[in-house]
Order: sequence, then structure tokens, then C-alpha cells
Amino acid sequence: MIDRTPKLAVRVEDLTKGFGEAPVLRDLDIRVGWGRILVIFGANGSGKTTFLKVLSTQYSPDQGKIWMAGIPRSEDPVSIRNIIGVVAHQPMLYQDMSTVENLLFFSRMYRIVDPRKRVAEVTELFGIKSLLERRVGTLSHGMQKRVAIARALLHTPPILLMDEPESGLDEESLYLVMKTLQDYVDQGRTVLMTTHNVDIGLDLASEVAVLSDGAFRYHGNREGIDTDKFRSTYLGRMEVGS
Amino acid sequence: MKTFLLCIMLIAWKDIRLEFRSREVVISSLVFAVLVMVLFNFALNVTPDTVDIFAPGVLWVSFVFAGVLAMSRSFAVEKDKGTLDALLLCPVSRDVLFLGKMLALFVFMIVVELLLLPVFAVLFDFSAFSGTLISTIVLATLGFATLGAIFSSMAVNTRSREIMLPILFFPLVAPVIIGAVERTNGVIGTDTGIVGSGRWLQLIAVFDAVFLVLCPWAFGIVMEE
Repeated sequence: MIDRTPKLAVRVEDLTKGFGEAPVLRDLDIRVGWGRILVIFGANGSGKTTFLKVLSTQYSPDQGKIWMAGIPRSEDPVSIRNIIGVVAHQPMLYQDMSTVENLLFFSRMYRIVDPRKRVAEVTELFGIKSLLERRVGTLSHGMQKRVAIARALLHTPPILLMDEPESGLDEESLYLVMKTLQDYVDQGRTVLMTTHNVDIGLDLASEVAVLSDGAFRYHGNREGIDTDKFRSTYLGRMEVGS
Repeated sequence: MKTFLLCIMLIAWKDIRLEFRSREVVISSLVFAVLVMVLFNFALNVTPDTVDIFAPGVLWVSFVFAGVLAMSRSFAVEKDKGTLDALLLCPVSRDVLFLGKMLALFVFMIVVELLLLPVFAVLFDFSAFSGTLISTIVLATLGFATLGAIFSSMAVNTRSREIMLPILFFPLVAPVIIGAVERTNGVIGTDTGIVGSGRWLQLIAVFDAVFLVLCPWAFGIVMEE
């Protein structure tokens, strides 16, 4: 069961993060409830990846506060890492180890009680059971991505952070990932994902945000958003809701 | 505590398995160190009369140069393949990651050094397998590996990582090298004074202890938690 005692899965207040002089994220505020998929759109360099890296404790914020499932990021980053799963651009897998070795290694790092059983479950879920003994370096990018998503879900995290999960996936893999994400949030979990793909993003989203120059220009529910208008906004031609 | 140790072992074992498959670090370090030994042997024109003077220095210079090669790969491989992020996302403290990587580096360096000892013994004509020398090697290598792991993690985020690592590493590891050379001098050389008291070994042990406390703490800052 997921502990939903804190009302919000993700709460960010006044978040600022920069590298050197230039701020990459500026005064971000956002709240996401349980059982929601927040899709963050933004152009290259808008700060999407940095935002996810700050949430996942990989980067420290320069200013502001973050709570994940009610846990303050500044006080207990280890507990936060225990309740999040992360899918990044790179598969983050050991290329010279087999699929099963990779998944078992990370299962043990996450202290999963029965690693072999859990690895069997996630590989079944993503249709990669036949790849268990294959060295990851010999797999196609799409298959590595599937393994990467399986790795992120090993410890059944209540919050999933995904950075452009659709990149490099074929139609079948994409369908599988979208279905898994939908099942995942139906169980009360929360997903924050970034994407460039308006169609996939709007298909999945229960909430939508647009990040531009390090600030959220829009954040609202998916319902009521006109896809064409949104696409135009995303491309910088008109305002949402105008 | 059990989980802490288990995760350290997991990370170290993972690195050892990967190295066992690729043999990149051990083979390249070993070949490099043998070349250094052979070159020094010719360059210094070591004779039976001068072997006591030169051998300890040559031994430790070879060990340290071989170690720097291993260190440069330790975090660079993880960074280049993106797996460093995966490790940093694991729900363990940064100390665990550091100690796991350091332990693997220590094992690689010890393996290389143990393989080098017979080569060294043949080139410089002495019996390499004494308890005193082995204990010195173990303690000094612990210091090298600890300091090497932290500087490897620092250098990995710089553009000129291959240059940065030795520049950062050598000045701080100097006391350990001096202690190791002096102690070895007592084993294969002529110096029998201070060695008997084991003070050089104590010096190395003190530096090891300081490094083992400071480096895991510094790693948390380097990795920007």
C-alpha cells in the first residue's frame, strides 16, 4: 500500500537553481497530488532535466524547499531516493553486465526482499524476459530503455520521475510504457515526466505544465485544454486559454 | 550497520566483476608498472652495491604510477556510461558509495602490487615476500586508494581529468609514500634504525585514518547532495 498520509506527492516552493551566474530554474512553485501524471513540456534548455535532477536529489537547490511524499529533501535525501524511481535520458545501466545482473544489482541496492522474484515480475511486465542473459551493451537503444524503466520500477516507488521516456522507443515499447504508466497511477502513484512530444504528453497527462527559461509559464489540469491551442502555446505562438 | 556493509560490498563486488570481464585496469596498470621498473633499472644502472639505495624508491614509484592509472578509471567509467547517476540515486548515503568504490580500487591496486612483487624481486634480486613489506604495502595502498578515490571523483567532473588527478593526488599522498619508502628501506635496504620501532608504519596508519574519516565526508560535498 502507498502511504498517502501527506496530501501531496510533490511540493516545491520557491525553487531556484543555477550553474555559475545564470539561474536555470527560477522561483518554481508546484504541487502535485497522488494518482496524477504531471507532464512538463519545454524546449531544449528550458530547465526540465535540471528540475527533475533537483527533485531526485542529484542537484542541490540554491534556494527553496522541496517535499516528496511529505519528506523534506533538505533533511532526508536518502529516504527520498527510496520513494522515487528515475528514468533519465541515458539508460544508466552497466553495459558489460547482463540484464539480470543489472537488475539484481540495483534490487539489492534498494534492499528488495526477494530480488529474483521482483526481477522476474518487472521483466515480465516489460516483455524483456528473453533478454535476461543478454549483455546490456548488445541490446538496442529501445530495449535498453525498457530495461531502464524496469530498473526504475524495481522498488515500486510511489513517485516516478521520467525525463523524455518516449525517446528511442518504438511503437510497441511506447504502448507498453504508456499502459504501464496508466496502471501505475491508477494504483495511486504519481508520475512527473518531461517530453517534447505534445501528442504523447497530452494523452498521458492529468496535469500539464510548461517550463520556459527556468520558470513555469503554465500549470493546470489536462481537462479542458485544447490540443491545438496548447501545441501553439508550446511552440510560443499564443497563450493557453486565450 | 549490516546494510551499510552489505551495500559497500555490493558496489565493490560489482566493480570487481566488471574488471574481471574487461581486465582493463589491472592489465594496463600492471604493464605500465613493469615498464616503469624496467626503465628505472636501466636508467639508474642498478648494481648489487646500489640496489639497497634505489630499490625502495623504484618499487613505490611503480606502485603509485600504476595506482594513478587505476584511479583515473574508477569514477570516469561510471561517469561516461551514466551509471554514476544510477549509483547516486540509490537509497544509500554517499559514504557507502565512496567506500564501495574505494574498496574496489584497493583490491585492484593490491592485486597489481602483488603481481609486481615477483617481477621486482627478479629485477632487483631480493626476497620480496616478507611480512613487514606486505603489511607496509597493505597500509600504504589503503591510503592511496582512499585519497585516490576522492580525487578521482573530483577530477571526473573536470575537463582535463587525466591531468587534474595526479596534480591533486601526489602532494597529499606524499607522507604515505615517504613512510612506505622508509619502511621498505628497512626491509630491503640498509636502514635499520627507526624501522624497528615501526614508526613509519604508524605514520602511514595515522594518515590512513585521517583519509578514511575525511574522504567519505568530502565525497558527499563533491557529489553535491
